[in-house]
Order: sequence, then C-alpha cells, then structure tokens
Amino acid sequence: MQEVTAQASTAQPVLEASKNKNEVRKRIWRNRWLYVMIAPGLLYFIIFKYLPMYGLIISFQDYKPYNGIMGSNWVGMKHFNRLFSEPDFLNILKNTIVLFGLNIFIYFPIPIILALMLNELRGNFFKRIFQSLLYIPHFMSWVIVVSISFVMVTMDGGIINDLLVFFGFEKINFLLNPSWFRPMYIIQVIWREAGWGTIIYLASIAAIDPGLYEAARMDGAGRLRQIWHITIPAIRGVIITLFILKIGSVLDLGFEHVYLLLNSMNREVAEIIDTYVYTAGLRQGQFSYSTAIGFFKSVIGLILVMTVNKISKKMGEEGVY
Amino acid sequence: MVEDRSFTGRLFAALNFTLLAIIALITVLPFIHVVAGSFTTSAELAASKFVLIPKVWSFEAYKFIFSTNTIFKAMGVSIGVTLVGTLVSMFLTSLMAYGLARRDLDGRKVVNFMVVFTMLFHGGLIPTFLVVKELGMIDTYAALIIPSAISAFNMIILKNFFQNIPEGLEESAKIDGCNDFGILFKIVLPLSMPAMATISLFYAVTYWNTYLTAILYLDDSAKWPIQVLLRQIVVLASGLDHSATLDGVVPPPDQTIKMAVIVVATLPILMVYPFLQKHFAKGALLGSMKG
Repeated sequence: MQEVTAQASTAQPVLEASKNKNEVRKRIWRNRWLYVMIAPGLLYFIIFKYLPMYGLIISFQDYKPYNGIMGSNWVGMKHFNRLFSEPDFLNILKNTIVLFGLNIFIYFPIPIILALMLNELRGNFFKRIFQSLLYIPHFMSWVIVVSISFVMVTMDGGIINDLLVFFGFEKINFLLNPSWFRPMYIIQVIWREAGWGTIIYLASIAAIDPGLYEAARMDGAGRLRQIWHITIPAIRGVIITLFILKIGSVLDLGFEHVYLLLNSMNREVAEIIDTYVYTAGLRQGQFSYSTAIGFFKSVIGLILVMTVNKISKKMGEEGVY
Repeated sequence: MVEDRSFTGRLFAALNFTLLAIIALITVLPFIHVVAGSFTTSAELAASKFVLIPKVWSFEAYKFIFSTNTIFKAMGVSIGVTLVGTLVSMFLTSLMAYGLARRDLDGRKVVNFMVVFTMLFHGGLIPTFLVVKELGMIDTYAALIIPSAISAFNMIILKNFFQNIPEGLEESAKIDGCNDFGILFKIVLPLSMPAMATISLFYAVTYWNTYLTAILYLDDSAKWPIQVLLRQIVVLASGLDHSATLDGVVPPPDQTIKMAVIVVATLPILMVYPFLQKHFAKGALLGSMKG
C-alpha cells in the first residue's frame, strides 16, 4: 500500500507535466490568431532593431560593402584603439557630455517647475489655455524650430539683432559664433519640450489625495510649504523614473537638432558623437570606425541606465524595469 | 485646489498667473512673428521690426514659393508619407499591442522584453543604414516608412491601454463565436478611440516631421519631403557658409520667403492640433501613468 502511494506520488508530477505540456499546446493553438497578429511586429523588431545589433560586429572588422559582413577581414579592437587615441574623439566626447549636462541640469527641472506652477492656477479655463499654448512647440520638427530661430537671430533683418541695435548694443552673429552654440541649443530644447514635459508630472499631481492638502492647511502650511511637503514628495517616483530615462536617452537625442545647428565655424563645440558618426560613416565611408563609435555610445547609454536604475531601486524607488 | 484667500495666498496666485502668462506668450510669439512676417512685404518687415499683425498685407512670398513645383512636390511627398505611414504604423502597432495585451498568451513576456530592450540598446546609425540598404530601400519612399514603422514606446502605451479593457467583454464575444481578429476590430478598437487618436497623432507628427530618415536614405532631391526642403531654404541659406547657400551663386531668399516656407511646413500640424488636442492629452496621460 505504501509502495503504491510512493509510486503514485512520483508518477503524479510526470503526469502533471505532460498534462501541462498538453495544455500549453492547446492554449497556443487556441491563441494562434494572436500569434499571427504579433508576427509582423516581431518581424519588424527582428529586422530593423536586432539585425543592426548583429551588424555591430563590423566594428571589429575592416568592413567593405562589396564583401559584406561574412567576407570582411577581422581586425579585433583596432577601431576602438583608434577611438581612444584620437584627440578629435576626445573633443567630440566632451561636447556630447556638455550637451548631456545642459539637458540634465538646465532643462530637466524646468517641466517640474512649470507643472507645479500650472497646478497652482485657480481657474481651469486659464490652465487649459496655458497648457495648450505650451504644448504646441513639441509638435514642430527640429527643422522648424531651428528655422524659426534662424530667421529671428540672423544678422540681416533678424528681430533679435534689430532689438540689440535698438537698445544700443552691437549685433551678434549667433549662428557662426561658437560661444552661442550651447545657449541656442538649450534654449531651443527648453522652448520645444518644457511644456510637453509637464504632462506626466501634472498627471501624477492629479493623483494626489486632496485630504493631504487639507490636513496640511489645518496645520497652518502655506502654499509653498504644501508644495514642498506634499506635492514634491508625491511625485518623487515619477521624477526619478524620468530622470533615469533621460540619462539613458540623452546621448541619443542630439542628432537632428545638433546637425541642423552645426556649421564649419562652430564645429569645435558642436560636433557630437551622433553627428560625427553620420559624417565619418556615411559621408566619408568609414563604416567600421564610425560603427565602433556608435557601439561605444550605445554601451555607455545602457550602462548608465542600468546603474541609475539600480541606484534608484536601492533608494526604495520603483525604477524603470 | 481650495482657494486661499489670505493676502499672501492672493499675491502668490497673482504672481504665478502673471509668470505663466508671460511664459505662454514667449512660447507662441516667435511663431506668430513668423506667420505675420510671411504675410507682409520685405520692406514692411524691415521697417517695423516686430510684426504681430501686418499693416501691409501681401501674399508675394506665397506666390513666389508656389510659383515653382518644388514646394508642391515636397508637400505632396510629406502628405503621402504621413497618410500611408500613419495607416501602416497604426495597423502594425495595434495588432502587436493587442496580441501582447492578452495575458493568456504564452511567450508574451519574451516578446515584451525584446521590445523594451530596443529602447535601451540599439545597433546605431550605420548598421541600421546597411540593413535598409541591403533591403534595396535606398531612394524609395518605403525607406521613410518601413524602417520606423513601429515605435516601441507607442506600442507599449497602446498595449497598456488595451490591458485595461475588461476581459469579460472579450470572453462574451468569444462565446458568440468571434475570433481574435473580430474581437480586436469589433470590440477593442472601438473602445480605444482616445488612445488610437493619440497614437495616430504621434505617428502622423513623426511622419510629417521626417527629416533624419530622408537625409539618410534619399539621395534623389526630387523625392525630398518638405522638412528637408525647409532646411535647404532656411538653415543652409542663413548666411552660414558661402559654399552652403543654395547654389553658391544664388543670394539667400528674403526673410518673408523663409517665413512663408516655415508656415507651410508647420501648417498641417497646427490644423490637426485643435481637433485632437482633447484626445491626446487624455491618451498621453493614460500611457504615461502606466508606462
């Protein structure tokens, strides 16, 4: 009797496993149309996202387009070694990090402040009007944003220079003067994105329990104290999440915008990794070298995100993944 | 927020309102300046500096830019790419999002991770270019659409939205003999109009603003969308390099003409904006809360 139960108990998991397998198979068959739905999208990600990841191996080759990845010579770390010995690259890296810093330290807090301000507005009417106006620039392409600022700051007939002259200053060549590149860059980022950036903060502010504010008022807290002790702590998680995303993506945000502002006069401060990969890779045909640079950048981005994510989890926040 | 009627409360509110009004004004003034400038003469623009409402109305700039086929053609390309691209993207994105939204699907976690991972790491410009080239898409309009057909971010927003639709609805449709395609098109999509409108707008704006993919994949200037033409007319002709002006010999176009091209390149978005604004604010919230 005992033997029988022992046998039965060993047989049970086997039976269950095969039953489970059957069920999975059944479930898969029942959901076959769902797989058909996913297939095109999955194919898209494999071809246009994962195939290029495979293509990264050309950064270890001297890639020749007519030989293809299979037929090109392996050169090991040659391109990566070149990267770190080239003074050009160090300058580009510096420029990239500076723009990254401008994004983190100057741009990043602005949508938070704007959202706090919008939240303090009394009437819904004006809140909605201000929001609508602030969102508009986000829908304009970088070409449009850069074009608008170019017609405004140009030396001949640009409104900004006309105003400078009107107030008795000298005209400034904003477009060719390297020291104006970074201010123009970050002002354009703020103009285009700050309003749109408020959406997510406003949403998380709206989710705060109004009782908290009431309690704070009972304790005699004014507006600023309520913001400081209730609103900001309540949206801290969202701020941290967005901060992580920003850190991961900011190395990528540059290309279009910077490329449009780039010219032969400001190259020294304006050339960043993305624009360099484009010119060195596609214009000059140095496929392997510029792929190595891009690879380097993607890896740094990934490490940054993972590190910051880990830190935020240690601090007791949710993190991105 | 309950009103604070104390003096400091009122002062705070007044200051806050004024500051926001100024910021909102600064946000729209540059564009108003450009629109007004495009509808006046060069002389008027030079004389009155900042134009908000033109004193002298003139359509010269528009007559000029539409006197050749170039702008019409570029507008046509942009409109075509926007319409076809948005349709293709919405079709692929909603199919995939719905599949992944169903919790009983084996393997969805793997696919989900694959999608999220592409947001953290990617092969970069050159390898992507080589793939597009190998597929023979260089100098085709397909290159403006297919390589960016699905945005991982948009797909995840839509997936989260679909996940919030009560499963009971799908169950009862299934009992009535509906297959998964039927459930998606007859039940889920009609219930998801705010999200669909939002994501469509996001895609449409991206396609209308197509610039990077165009300069990467199109060598033939006859196929240029409006954004590339805009850069050619305004950015390159802004007295940067002499070598970079239109042909090297042609003087840079008038301010009014540049402004008119900017307006033409922006107008379609501004026309769609008021209609979809209600939807997208709501939809973006839904997405961002869960995302």
